[in-house]
Amino acid sequence: MINKKVNNVQEALQGVKSGMTFMLGGFGLCGIPENAISELVKLDIRDVTCISNNAGVDDFGLGLLLQNKQIKKMISSYVGENDEFERQMLSGELEVELTPQGTLAEKCRAAQAGFPAFYTPAGYGTEVAEGKETRDFDGKMYVLEPAFKADFAFVKAWKGDAAGNLIFKGTSRNFNPNMCGAATITVAEVEELVPVGELEPNNIHIPGIFVQRIFQGKDYEKRIEQRTVRQRN
Amino acid sequence: MALDKNGIAKRIAQEVQDGFYVNLGIGIPTLVANYVRDDIEVEFQSENGVLGMGPFPFEGEEDADIINAGKQTITTMPGASFFDSSMSFAMIRGKHVHLTILGAMEVAENGDIANWKIPGKMVKGMGGAMDLVASAENIIVAMMHTNKRGESKILKKCSLPLTGVGCVTKVVTNLAVLEVKNNAFHLLERAPGVSIEEIKKATEGTLVINGEILEMSI
Repeated sequence: MINKKVNNVQEALQGVKSGMTFMLGGFGLCGIPENAISELVKLDIRDVTCISNNAGVDDFGLGLLLQNKQIKKMISSYVGENDEFERQMLSGELEVELTPQGTLAEKCRAAQAGFPAFYTPAGYGTEVAEGKETRDFDGKMYVLEPAFKADFAFVKAWKGDAAGNLIFKGTSRNFNPNMCGAATITVAEVEELVPVGELEPNNIHIPGIFVQRIFQGKDYEKRIEQRTVRQRN
Repeated sequence: MALDKNGIAKRIAQEVQDGFYVNLGIGIPTLVANYVRDDIEVEFQSENGVLGMGPFPFEGEEDADIINAGKQTITTMPGASFFDSSMSFAMIRGKHVHLTILGAMEVAENGDIANWKIPGKMVKGMGGAMDLVASAENIIVAMMHTNKRGESKILKKCSLPLTGVGCVTKVVTNLAVLEVKNNAFHLLERAPGVSIEEIKKATEGTLVINGEILEMSI
């Protein structure tokens, strides 16, 4: 077993610097690497580029880095529900690259899997495709999209072990598995770090080979953005 | 009388067939799930990574790890599955999802759709809409026929930045059901009590009217 375990978030984030590009898992606030984000705020590194489907809300998730003006550029598919984000974007302080959600996921997966680029029909004929190579396959038009390049990927899983194996829960899986191994260093934080051998090999979602550092996360808030319920009859 | 949002959702629910996998967008499309006949088998896909979405949870049973693409807490049905974002869009791009229902700001007679950006005013992003409209073969748009100023949103040509080109197959509005083909909107049905004259007045794009146009039955 190759040991990936580090003792805490401080060790896990060793080597992060201003100007780097980060991938961060999560959909809205679901499955975000809460511990890594808090530590990035404390480290106060600047001018970072963040690849993440969303930008958090004003006072949580990536919204914390935005409030602190640490982000130079966001690459996302949807950035609603965040006033500070909108303010920084409209004032030109923040550079924003909006990318179709499936393309965003696949640009991560391509980096993970060693593909330099891929063709997708998403965005053809729209401003997303401007300046990009397009090509006809069997009478339908496609856009060439390059894989992402990132220095660190920060992901959050439900369970993991010191070998770096990961299991996700519910829809908090989202972009997290696609970002594992898609950056130079992948840092996984888990709700429950279990002894090696306890995870059933058949049930592992991400094999440890895609993870460089893993640590036991703590104090998860797991905020709900839209609490919707139905009445009992 | 023109339909309200629930009325539009009720009419669209009639388009959902037995055995369909369906992706519902945010807004009116989400309401469609409430009106699908209960004697057919349908599975709802949400692009954040769930197939077999169920109703909202009972109070006290919300799970922060189980949400839909609108970030609302949900439940799952027996037979449901979870998966990552790349696989979710493999279902969509690979045409495994049979029907996509989404909202729009504008639709044009050639099937173009705009629903993600108002330059200088609103930029929230396209989310999964560009992937959905670029791939799905059966795309139904749920929308109001006109904007708050009474101007048509059923157009010759979209004025807003496009989400997809030549992709919309059907539009259900508060006034009518329209099929989009051969560079025109073909009037199929009108909302209860809404006259053809009203629909003509509210439609900027080319409107084709053939034979008797019946009222929707909802």
